[in-house]
Amino acid sequence: MRRIGDAPTVRRLLIGAALCLAALFLLLPLVAIFAQAFAQGVEVFWDNVSNEYTLSAIGLTLFVAVLTIPVCLVFGVALAWLVTRFSFPGRRILQTLIDIPFAVSPVVAGLIYLLLYGRTGWLGAWLDNYDIQLMFAWPGIVMVTIFVTCPFVARELIPLMQAQGSKEEEAAVVLGASGWTTFRRITLPNIRWALLYGVILTNARAVGEFGAVSVVSGAIRGQTNTLPLHLEQLYQDYNAVGAFACAALLALIALLTLAAKAGLEWRASRREAFL
Amino acid sequence: MSIRLQQISKHFGNTRALEPVNLDIHEGELVGLLGPSGSGKTTLLRIIAGLESADTHPRSGKILFGDRDVTHVHVRDRRIGFVFQHYALFRHMSVYENVAFGLKVMPRNRRPSTGEIRTRVFRLLEMVKLEDFANRFPAQLSGGQQQRVSLARALAVKPDVLLLDEPFGALDAKVRQDLRRWLRRLHDELNFTSVFVTHDQEEALELSDRVVVMSNGKIEQIDTPETLYRHPANRFVFEFLGDVNHLEGKVQNGILTCGDARLDVDLPDGHEELLLRPHELRLIETPTAHAHLPVTVTATVPVGAEVRVELEADWLANPWLATIRHADFERLGLTRGQRLYVEPRRWHRFAQQSPSFSPSPSTA
Repeated sequence: MRRIGDAPTVRRLLIGAALCLAALFLLLPLVAIFAQAFAQGVEVFWDNVSNEYTLSAIGLTLFVAVLTIPVCLVFGVALAWLVTRFSFPGRRILQTLIDIPFAVSPVVAGLIYLLLYGRTGWLGAWLDNYDIQLMFAWPGIVMVTIFVTCPFVARELIPLMQAQGSKEEEAAVVLGASGWTTFRRITLPNIRWALLYGVILTNARAVGEFGAVSVVSGAIRGQTNTLPLHLEQLYQDYNAVGAFACAALLALIALLTLAAKAGLEWRASRREAFL
Repeated sequence: MSIRLQQISKHFGNTRALEPVNLDIHEGELVGLLGPSGSGKTTLLRIIAGLESADTHPRSGKILFGDRDVTHVHVRDRRIGFVFQHYALFRHMSVYENVAFGLKVMPRNRRPSTGEIRTRVFRLLEMVKLEDFANRFPAQLSGGQQQRVSLARALAVKPDVLLLDEPFGALDAKVRQDLRRWLRRLHDELNFTSVFVTHDQEEALELSDRVVVMSNGKIEQIDTPETLYRHPANRFVFEFLGDVNHLEGKVQNGILTCGDARLDVDLPDGHEELLLRPHELRLIETPTAHAHLPVTVTATVPVGAEVRVELEADWLANPWLATIRHADFERLGLTRGQRLYVEPRRWHRFAQQSPSFSPSPSTA
């Protein structure tokens, strides 16, 4: 018996088209990035990467990611817990609100923050009185990055926690477990893979975010420049090798993220097969 | 430990799940909460457990375990065992860890030593005949085994009261039978007070010392299985406890007529509906002076010790069911399409739409 649409020619044609497109739009650019980065040899690449400003950009990018991830983690878990374990008026609206950062263009997000917290912004004037500068400094970058990445963890957890239900937690509480023990020993082990997956996505986005960050950072070389912003500056300065060296670094982070994600999915599928 | 509920009611939003309920469960009793889905039986069980809180408005009811008022005691501190409908085993823990959980999370001053926990868990696993499965994970067990783990887990903390929510609902008939008997034995041995929820009347009647029949958030009757079956308090209980055949018609001069069917009844004139149990019907080849109820056989199904016979007639809105002995089945030589007469040995009747039901079973 042959399934519908299973004619050999059709199949070959579709597979061929998919492979061509993937090669043209995904693989080729990736190869090009590394080819350009190493076009003038490893030494030039290394010089560009170990450049003072590049190092500072790498440092800031990682710093922002390190601050963003725990915030998103706690926020995501708390939100998923709230939405899946309690019923209250406005629960559905809240679930929709979680998606706002996905729906809004990152540039718009950056502008909103500038409008609110900038020196002439609504809250900025008040902050200025206390000599607190958020915009055009690292706190601003962290704030917009958190805004952009905060749905990832919650989005991963909500469907899972909904499917698992709260019976195991109820069973733990009946057996005398405290709230914290229940969370640590029952809830957390059940959601750990989804949680890790959410963190990986959050990290990928936090490291690569350009639009929102470019609005609020001011892009001061060596001070408020993240890696994507630095890359763009190098490119504007006609330093192609420098730009592609940074691009190669970002691409590497992306590849590592994908590998980690694939690894987790493989583990999860094996676990399911085992169960 | 006895359980006493006083004026416990529950609303979910605007829907009333439980009308104010009073219930006394004696120490060492095994009580079944029986009712169709939506009757409030699970809500009542969860309120006893403390997983759900009863209404505090307009007035607050009371829950007592023995002399202890637990109305405002958190579920964690009520010292109950709870067996969930789908077991709710901790899927990432082995059978051993599942059973040990309640002991391991005790506050340090009450927690037994590791060695003691080990002994106790293995004693429980032995009791539920799962000592060889200690290192398995829940997903590697059959439904019946999971159910036993969940029982052992609930009993590990030596609860005052054991509550079970549809404990055998998800199991196949044979396993269900075995587990039922096993639970009954366990209950008699350990002598704790238990309450279980079921929608299966056979299960409730077989397992319980007393059955609480519920419908629409109300308790319809609390009695021993025997009394419940012989003296149902109202029509709902009667219909819920077994198959029922209906006979509706007009009574005039002590004769109920319905189409070409006639039955002598000792009732005043008026419209009447009689209820008849399948095993209280006799199939005969010629009508008697008291009963002329012609029917046609539409199906015969031998089930265990009896034969279930489906009957139809012009004067019947819904087909009747009669259960007869194999001997009678063979003597009558029943086949599909055969025309016969029914003679009720007994019938029942409940005054309709009246709040005070007057059971008036009577012999025809």
